[in-house]
Amino acid sequence: MPRLHRILFLTLLAAIGPVSHAHAQDHSGNYPPIAIENGALLYGANCAQCHGIGGDTVPGVALKTGTFKRAPTDQDLARLLTTGIPGTAMPATRLSPGEADSLVAYLRTMRDFNSPAVMAGNSTRGRGLFEGKGTCTTCHRVNASGSHVAPDLSDVGANRGADFLWRKIQDPSATMIPLNRPVHIVLKSGRAIDGRRLNEDTYSIQLIDNQERLISVMKSDVKEFSILKTSPMPSFKDRLAGQELADLVSFLVSLKGEN
Amino acid sequence: MSRRFLIALLILAPMSLSAQVSSDRIVNAAAEPQNWLTYNGAYNGQRHSALKQITAANAKNLELKWVFQAQNLGTFQATPLVVDGIIYTTQAPNDVVALDARTGRVFWIYRYPLPAEIRICCGQVNRGLAILGDTLYMGTIDANLLALDAKNGKPIWKTKVADNALGYALTVAPLVVKDKIIVGVAGGEYGIRGFMAAFDAKTGKEVWRFKIIPEPGEKGNDTWAGNSWEHGGGSVWVTGAYDPTLNLTYWGTGNPGPDWNPDLRKGDNLYSDSVIALDADTGQLKWHFQFTPNDAYDYDSVQVPVLVDGNWEGKPRKLMYWANRNGFFYVLDRADGKFLFGKPFVKLNWASGLDANGRPIQTPQPPGAETFPGLAGGTNWFSPSYNPRTGLFYVSAWENYRNVFEKTQQEYQAGRQYTAGRGGNPIPTAPNIPTLRRGPINTWTEAQGTGVVIAIDPKTGNHEWRYPMTDVTDSGILTTDSDLVITGGREGHFHVLDARAGQLLWKTSLGGPISSGPMTYAVDGKQYIAVNAGNSMFVFGLREN
Repeated sequence: MPRLHRILFLTLLAAIGPVSHAHAQDHSGNYPPIAIENGALLYGANCAQCHGIGGDTVPGVALKTGTFKRAPTDQDLARLLTTGIPGTAMPATRLSPGEADSLVAYLRTMRDFNSPAVMAGNSTRGRGLFEGKGTCTTCHRVNASGSHVAPDLSDVGANRGADFLWRKIQDPSATMIPLNRPVHIVLKSGRAIDGRRLNEDTYSIQLIDNQERLISVMKSDVKEFSILKTSPMPSFKDRLAGQELADLVSFLVSLKGEN
Repeated sequence: MSRRFLIALLILAPMSLSAQVSSDRIVNAAAEPQNWLTYNGAYNGQRHSALKQITAANAKNLELKWVFQAQNLGTFQATPLVVDGIIYTTQAPNDVVALDARTGRVFWIYRYPLPAEIRICCGQVNRGLAILGDTLYMGTIDANLLALDAKNGKPIWKTKVADNALGYALTVAPLVVKDKIIVGVAGGEYGIRGFMAAFDAKTGKEVWRFKIIPEPGEKGNDTWAGNSWEHGGGSVWVTGAYDPTLNLTYWGTGNPGPDWNPDLRKGDNLYSDSVIALDADTGQLKWHFQFTPNDAYDYDSVQVPVLVDGNWEGKPRKLMYWANRNGFFYVLDRADGKFLFGKPFVKLNWASGLDANGRPIQTPQPPGAETFPGLAGGTNWFSPSYNPRTGLFYVSAWENYRNVFEKTQQEYQAGRQYTAGRGGNPIPTAPNIPTLRRGPINTWTEAQGTGVVIAIDPKTGNHEWRYPMTDVTDSGILTTDSDLVITGGREGHFHVLDARAGQLLWKTSLGGPISSGPMTYAVDGKQYIAVNAGNSMFVFGLREN
């Protein structure tokens, strides 16, 4: 495919036409930031292949206007996102109601969303970088190859958009969300454990440590427990050239967890 | 190093000593009783543990440690695996869960995407997992075999074993032998042709297949009249056993199809209702023994083969003990399949006895008359146990249980149930005892059939002791080196009995039927017992302080 947008995702929106009558729209315009963030991820995973990162690759459709003639209200838009538009290339989807709401939030605010430009990438070259120069398999795993220390990325392309991955690779700590937190534990016995949190409750913590062992620790045995807010993943902003970053993103978004 | 010292060392070992589960570890599973590395705990199918921290004296101090509530309302039939402090089990039908064995907290959950349409006769169930290296193996009810990464639950490979549209399903916990994953197919009520198959653990490629219902040109096909072999059943849905010294793997096979009209498939119907001994490397049949030729009652021989090395009539012999759904208890020589002994363990009238070769002398009852045992059998799939210390074989049984069997004519239709009859109620207008579960009210089983735990002396077939229950039971049995018999029943009671006399030592009510085998493990030197009841897994240990 000739451009970046081809590296992305499943077919979705195809015929939501913009309207010039803003007054026809009936929505608050106020959406929780988390909903917009989630919506951006869903957009990347579901919509961008047809509509592009900028929402403008379908002729006659400019999603960044945030207004749609077929969907003046948020309810209309959420319904349209799940039912599709019969007779057009816009298919029905299996979005949950919560997902549809998040996607609505993103589409309504897309023009203001910080979406850095991304270059076109080549997933074959990206695989080579993932397994070679990028040393990604030192921590990550794809299709039963690599380490368990960091999250398994076999289906990352089904869950994360290119935009998010692009930012993640360059600034891992800035894009951290409360999942897969790195933790540092010192037991009362003096033993130190570093790993990635898998689960936690009032009395215990489950993690996979840096030797790839599943470990459960009782908090009553713990002297120190830190949830780290900086990612152990290095930034690849200066380690990989711009084209290499695009290739890597292209490979990652191709991972849909087919097994 | 003595075995006892080795066991103590392993029990006390910290969790971080985890290592991959090699084939050798499974062969020597008895040396690490803190773990439970295969469906039956060990290849011999004895479901006996060397752990003995929980004893007759302290069983009264058992208390609930944690509960795992499955996010599914299906019957919870899996036996969990335990590997170095981590429990792996299935949440019906085909989700896989990794839990901390001390706390029950979840490390990860894998959710298998099921197709919208599934054909299965008897509930969307799964009986558990196998493990080799760092990979878990699960059969799915849509007839796939799946390999999962034990560290994170991610799928590694998926192999289609058979076509679920024709009624094939996988409910059995796979058996790992060396580098192969062995499974059989369920679907005996759909006119399938049962088979066993082994798959390469690394790639999922089929290595061998043994056709339980032979086709023309194969030995045994002449035991099927006409083309009746084409839909001859012979399913496999409970995990078999393996003898590393003989390199034979043993599996019990299910009913011939259709279930209840033997006139539609005249002949012995090999290898239905049999135990088959297969070369584990090639799948070649070494020997077979058929318990119920030309079965008219749905007497699947889908029980766990129990392998015991002992003396028989004064000579050392490799034995196999088997309490069959048809109501007879059998002793076979597992090297060559020779019949050594058989005797009823419940009331039966479908046969008057066994001949010198173990073949039943069938006595079909006239139309409308009761046949003992009924279609669910004298026992069924729930696992028995053997305690080498007492020399007794323990089995959950249904007593005074019967049906009035009826034959009908039925044409086979692909993907439809193919049973040609039914096991009717012996008491008109009263409820039948269901083969699966029912509600919590019981005012009727005293007239229909009741449950019992029986301790059988394998040398004589005599009942050493009996522990009767009001309702029938679907619970497997666990025994320990501290001479405990641990089991339950459909009433939801979970009880610990004395292995030598059958006395009740402790009980608790779990509020839902127990439909699987209890198992035991240890972490940080503390012994636990896990049992499924209703939709949850309950874990017990001794009260501290």
